[in-house]
Amino acid sequence: MKFGVVVFPGSNCDHDTYHVLKSVLGEETAFFWHQDTDLQDVDTVILPGGFSYGDYLRCGAIAKFSPILESVRRHAQEGKLVVGICNGFQILQEAGLLPGVMLPNAGLKFVCRHVWLRTENNQTPFTSACQEGQVLRIPIAHNEGNFFISDQELAELQENQQIVFRYSDAQGDVTPEANPNGSIDSIAGVMNRQGNVMGMMPHPERASEALLGSEDGRFIFNSMINRVHEVHH
Amino acid sequence: MEAICEKSETICVIGGMKAKVIVRLKDGVLDPQGQTIQRSLKKMGHEVAQLRQGKYFEIELNGVKDESAARQLVEKIAGDVLCNPIIETFEIEDIS
Repeated sequence: MKFGVVVFPGSNCDHDTYHVLKSVLGEETAFFWHQDTDLQDVDTVILPGGFSYGDYLRCGAIAKFSPILESVRRHAQEGKLVVGICNGFQILQEAGLLPGVMLPNAGLKFVCRHVWLRTENNQTPFTSACQEGQVLRIPIAHNEGNFFISDQELAELQENQQIVFRYSDAQGDVTPEANPNGSIDSIAGVMNRQGNVMGMMPHPERASEALLGSEDGRFIFNSMINRVHEVHH
Repeated sequence: MEAICEKSETICVIGGMKAKVIVRLKDGVLDPQGQTIQRSLKKMGHEVAQLRQGKYFEIELNGVKDESAARQLVEKIAGDVLCNPIIETFEIEDIS
């Protein structure tokens, strides 16, 4: 099995993600319940968006204690790919698999609209299908997407090329006006130091069919598909 | 805490240790909710120089008899679950 989509109580982008991988891109994909502990022979695990456990206490704070998170942690330790989208990103941060934490948006509003993202690093398994600096149009939909991290850890992220996406304008310029939520350094997506766990607030699964206004999310899915096929050959 | 036994003629009362925990945002961490409350208070004419929003928890423990064991457990719960140490600190206000 190539892709596994984890379903938590309150996930609401699980079926969209499954649909894109299975029906649009034709990849073997399976759902896993948060109580499962066996990820079987899955290559890439995706933690989808939503409101796991109602976002009670803090976004992702309860989900990190789900039985499947231990399997996800082992999966990551084995160097296999793990991706968190939106709430999935927040869960990976709470679990300590990705750096930083999400504060409420600086404007205090739930922001749901298409934004532009500049690809900051295309030498990753998540962005290898993107050109250097490619600008993607992908929607965000969150209330807590204001990426926060200590100055020292931010410097480490910059130094180690762990920032994968920044919010930008259509031309790819990273400006304060193009930052929808107050994120430090306009960060929209980061990966771990090893480069096999990535989180992003924008929703590529909502931008993978022309009917939905953008297909740019496919660059991200196709990057991972290429990587999985490489591993299998 | 009151626990009513299955046989209705007996009522067992088990007193558990109770704790109160406050979780605060660290200094310098943006608090948009606190800022909004502060702005609203100013609009109402209240002179508020600073307002930070936190969280408050009341916990009742089962099966812990002495205070030091209770404190140890509450510290673990607060540190692992109730607060995110990147942005928050916790304080045990009261334990008895």
